[in-house]
Amino acid sequence: MCEMQRGAGSSSDPCRRPVLQVRRTWEAEAPPRGLSVRNRSARADCVLLFVRSCFRDYFTHKFRAMLGKTRLIFPGEKVLLAISGGPSSSAMLSQVQQGLSQSAQKKLRFLPAIVHIDEGGALGLSLVERQRLVSELQVIFRASGFNFYTIPLEQVLDLPSSVVNVAPPSFDQAPDSYKAAVDVDLQGAGRDPQQGGGVPEPRLDESQTRSLQQLLGSAATLTARAELLSTLRQHLLVHTARTRGYSKLLLGESCSRLAVRLLTCVSLGRGAHLAQDTGFSDCRFGDVTLVRPMREFSAKEIAVYNHMFGVPTVIIPTLDTKMPEKASIQRLSQSFVSRLQQDFPSTVSTIYRTSEKLQTAGGGCSAQDGRCLLCVCSVDTAAGKASALQARLISEQLCCQEPAGTVQVGPTPPAGQCCSATDGECGRPAGGAGCCSSHFRAPEKKELQKLLCYSCQLILRDMSSVAHLPQYIVAEAERRKRRSLMKDEISEFLLEEEGSS
Amino acid sequence: MAAPVSVHLEFGGGAELLFDGVKEHHVTLPSQPEPWGMRQLLVWIQRNLLKERPELFVQGDSVRPGILVLINDADWELMGELDYQLQDQDNVVFISTLHGG
Repeated sequence: MCEMQRGAGSSSDPCRRPVLQVRRTWEAEAPPRGLSVRNRSARADCVLLFVRSCFRDYFTHKFRAMLGKTRLIFPGEKVLLAISGGPSSSAMLSQVQQGLSQSAQKKLRFLPAIVHIDEGGALGLSLVERQRLVSELQVIFRASGFNFYTIPLEQVLDLPSSVVNVAPPSFDQAPDSYKAAVDVDLQGAGRDPQQGGGVPEPRLDESQTRSLQQLLGSAATLTARAELLSTLRQHLLVHTARTRGYSKLLLGESCSRLAVRLLTCVSLGRGAHLAQDTGFSDCRFGDVTLVRPMREFSAKEIAVYNHMFGVPTVIIPTLDTKMPEKASIQRLSQSFVSRLQQDFPSTVSTIYRTSEKLQTAGGGCSAQDGRCLLCVCSVDTAAGKASALQARLISEQLCCQEPAGTVQVGPTPPAGQCCSATDGECGRPAGGAGCCSSHFRAPEKKELQKLLCYSCQLILRDMSSVAHLPQYIVAEAERRKRRSLMKDEISEFLLEEEGSS
Repeated sequence: MAAPVSVHLEFGGGAELLFDGVKEHHVTLPSQPEPWGMRQLLVWIQRNLLKERPELFVQGDSVRPGILVLINDADWELMGELDYQLQDQDNVVFISTLHGG
């Protein structure tokens, strides 16, 4: 262990008094300049002591460096900030505000707007309470001067089915074009200042709130409910970004949050999608990229920054507020990590470093088909015969079989067939056309399972009924099923692509 | 006998939900034989201010992991954590970092 001191001077001088202690793990790369290092080693656990002014600079620098280094956000690009009102997203908003008002050289160059999803309906808050929280937030948004949208989560029931589909990006985002774009921006005329203001939000409909509560209520466990809620929220955010022409969506997840998310994902069976769920940028939707600029900030740093520099936050309860520790997997992972962090302060940064090294094999942003219906990540259940997944499925089939009947140990039918000849469980006449003709038939759980990735299948399994799923999911499921049937019918006539699976 | 100590307490980041939503408390700790330290303050808060779910605020001797404590705007780890002796007009802030956003 080596210890670094940043020339904090004597503690009698109030401006030079250290106020915060942060532990960081560095591997191989050099620690920031300006800090004296007593013992250089390839890997060091270090303690940083900050004085107030240095902390502000450190925080601001880290934010700008994160955005600048990755060269993801182009000058003049329209960017949507997803602000929940909590500490991390409020700190992000404050940083963006500061960054845009600086001198020309270092200032941030994109055009931000704010979106807030009001989830009060899902949590059972009263209308009055929801309006109070939203108006508190709107005061903060108005003060920022950006356009803002406050959208109730109930709107997710009205989305078009295109939201779960990948769309091609709208303009050239190659890294080499970034430098050219910055030069153009520096020379070009100043952009028109934005008129900040809210877009009037749609009126809340009681029946929609009830439908939403029924949908979430059909999930038996808190884990499934929380995952479902976050999926719906993500769909709504992406839809908002798409329809209003924003190509980037900034999420305010902190380092601590993402460390917990990583462990939660592994526990939920989302290991294949770790890179997208916890990485800096997530391009699963194609045209809208999810970016996590607060990724390097621990929850402690954000809390201290907010307290010291008066960043306004509005605390809104969530599904697992005041829940006991074992209520859900998310909650359990969170207490595990925070408790471990207490005794082993490098826990969060070690997990974070691990997540940085993750990449999706074969590129995460490929093919249109083979995407999960809910989370839009690639479907990872086309496993081979000798895989663990296959073994699990076989033993499940064995458990569910009646003792007198024939035991089917064949592999599960390929995705897309709605009723295979051998599987007589659906009880409808075998024959593709008859089954798929009715447009508004309620979906069967089994059919939906085939269109989902492993972890979304688990969520669906926890749901008592799929009758409450929003129309856009049902419609999209139908569409994919029909497509895949059609593809099977003409498969003999299709030319196989080189190297396709 | 130690003189009564008056401290200003603040709860933020979601911790105020355990205190009926009240964020700021100005309290005067009664005089007692031993000087007031953080340990005694936590016991006092649990007995007199905490309205529900004590396990979400205190764990054993100390605060629950995830709750950040600032004494006079400085991290309490720099001040000795539980061994810090409270002085008159001190400002103690408890911020929950778990209820993130």
